[in-house]
Amino acid sequence: MAVKTELKLKTEPFVLNIGPVHPSTHGVFRMRVTLDGEVLIDLEPVFGYLHRGIEKLAEGRTYTQVIPLTDRLDYLASMSNNLAYVMAVEKLAGITVPERAEYLRVIMAELQRIASHLIAVGAFLNDCGAFMTPILYMIREREKILDLLEMVSGQRLTYNYMRVGGVSQDIPGEFLPALRKFVQRMPSYIDEYDQLLAENEILLARSKGVGILPKDMAINASASGPVLRASGVKWDIRKADPYSVYDRFQFDIPTGSVGDCYDRYRVRVQEMRQSVRIIKQVMEGLPEGEVKAEVAHFLRLPVGETYAHIESPRGELGFYLVSDNSIAPYRLHIRAPSLINLTALRDMTLGWKVADVIIIFGSIDINMGEVDR
Amino acid sequence: MAIYSPGLSVLSQNAALPPDWPGGYWLHWLVFVVIIMTFVLASIMGFIYFERRGIGRFQVRLGPNRTGPFGILQPVADAIKVLLKEDIVPAKGDRIVHWLAPVVAFVPVLLIFAVVPFGGGAILADLNIGILYVVAVSSVTVIGVFMAGWASNNKYSLLGAMRDVAQVVSYEIPLLLSIVGVVLLTGSLSMIKIVAAQDLPFILLQPLGFLIFFMAALAEINRTPFDLLEAESEIVAGFHTEYSGMKFAMFYLVEYAEVLAISAIITTLFLGGWRGPLLPPFVWFLIKVFGVFFFIFWIRSTIPRLRIDQVMAFAWKALLPLALLNLVITGIEIVALPAISPWVIILINLGVLAVLVVVWSRFFKLGGGRVAV
Repeated sequence: MAVKTELKLKTEPFVLNIGPVHPSTHGVFRMRVTLDGEVLIDLEPVFGYLHRGIEKLAEGRTYTQVIPLTDRLDYLASMSNNLAYVMAVEKLAGITVPERAEYLRVIMAELQRIASHLIAVGAFLNDCGAFMTPILYMIREREKILDLLEMVSGQRLTYNYMRVGGVSQDIPGEFLPALRKFVQRMPSYIDEYDQLLAENEILLARSKGVGILPKDMAINASASGPVLRASGVKWDIRKADPYSVYDRFQFDIPTGSVGDCYDRYRVRVQEMRQSVRIIKQVMEGLPEGEVKAEVAHFLRLPVGETYAHIESPRGELGFYLVSDNSIAPYRLHIRAPSLINLTALRDMTLGWKVADVIIIFGSIDINMGEVDR
Repeated sequence: MAIYSPGLSVLSQNAALPPDWPGGYWLHWLVFVVIIMTFVLASIMGFIYFERRGIGRFQVRLGPNRTGPFGILQPVADAIKVLLKEDIVPAKGDRIVHWLAPVVAFVPVLLIFAVVPFGGGAILADLNIGILYVVAVSSVTVIGVFMAGWASNNKYSLLGAMRDVAQVVSYEIPLLLSIVGVVLLTGSLSMIKIVAAQDLPFILLQPLGFLIFFMAALAEINRTPFDLLEAESEIVAGFHTEYSGMKFAMFYLVEYAEVLAISAIITTLFLGGWRGPLLPPFVWFLIKVFGVFFFIFWIRSTIPRLRIDQVMAFAWKALLPLALLNLVITGIEIVALPAISPWVIILINLGVLAVLVVVWSRFFKLGGGRVAV
């Protein structure tokens, strides 16, 4: 097991608990790693510290009351969670969503994707050791997105904006001018992030070729989102199984080639550019009209089951919903991309050093609220 | 400079220091020691404030600005806070070593200032082995760091301390070799004579030597990109994870005292020391020291961190050969071209620097990678 040394020194591996309270575990994740010196020879992920039983809690609430619970899943992308859940309910109930609401949903989901990727990229660079500077640049723009989302929903983190049959309210008058300003400026900000570190020699040395997730392993591990796309698989649910009104907009799916940490970082930066592109098109085509369909207050879904999935910032976020014609879900299961992307963590990190393990873990970009639910 | 210097006057009267040094100058000597201690502690306060405000600006935020005018009392407030904190020793830690470690780390750094010329004659002891003394004394600090890592009974601390030992021992070699270039030009190890020899700052005559010294010094004082021993995102706080209260403050002081010492030595060796037009020597000295320090924290807020094997590879495969080449070239120039104008030498050396940096950046790879387990 131990790495061979020429010297006849007696060495033995030791176990180190990285987390649950550690600066780089992005929440309360714990990695029980076995180290031989600096080299990692075994890793066991331990989670559940943030388990709140959201799936069970949902069974005791009406369909509308579940929406705030979904905010607490991936708290960096509440809008995406809202969207996936209400899509599942609408699919089973057969509700048609007004055109304007669909467009607003796309705007919010894409803004949310940018905000989430900003934190992902910033935290990744922070893990690489760039002392707080990149993440603070990115938080600067994330604040602007939060301002926008606050305008429409009144909240900065847990928006609770989507409703079954539409969105909770129409956008205020000052939203579109502010959004237009943001969309105009955002590309130059993304250029600025690239200028900060994209071609930095140290970053390349640290992340190129590190933590490679091969294409077949990524597919076998059921990885999704930027992690899968960085491995070279062109799979994006917005294109593969278009939901909402995504089929009306032009955008590319950025993919990596190797599947290393650097590719995952680059894919996220490219996706931000594509999101800006989508938002521009949505703004041009935003129709007038209702933002919410007529839906019964105590909604009763027909007996049956359904699965709705969207491309959340972290991958395929799916809600599996079983209804027994009562006012609450009989069963709600959440396919959390963060949790499933973690599957390959051990294979990706074996043989790398402690410093690499941290950045490999950071490049997967998990969110503990979603892993533990 | 108004400070009376016993060191210089002794030297000017007698070529060698008398055996009973400081002879009749005990009082002067004591006063000067107090002045130096005050200067060091005051400068550290200034450094901490300067760095926090400066990094704040680099990171698109303000930095501390609430305590006193422009937040200038922030270091004082921090010092008071840290003094009042509870002192914790880990349950199974080695109490005595744990207590001793900050002292062992701090004292050598203070000793360095004995041979730093602050102005024309303002030096505590003009040892004829001045710069050798600096190198010898400064490497004792690592023992204190290792004691801290060992006594803490914490795996993160031990990892950090082990990294520090490996790193500091490796980087001492290129550091020393780059100093030899300066010593060859001066013909003396005495700090006073090194300053006196710099009609042109040695950064011009020894550009490659300066570059090597600067990078090796960054590694010696564990500053980004070589701040592995306290790599926050990986090993929490490294060797001082288990330290609190005054003992932590001591390590904090060590960190900044080391930066101050290195800035002062870079100023003395390469930037012409206290020499400069118009302004008083001491002001020139301070300007240069703060300039070097500004550069150091500029780097800190800009670039990511290297991995331990890359750090070692950089020392042995890049800096060491370059330092040897620099030494050979300097030696040849001194022997073969003794009477030539220094400007010709400067041009030659800049050309050599450019060629070598291009060659190394093209063919040297940091390498390192996955270990088969």
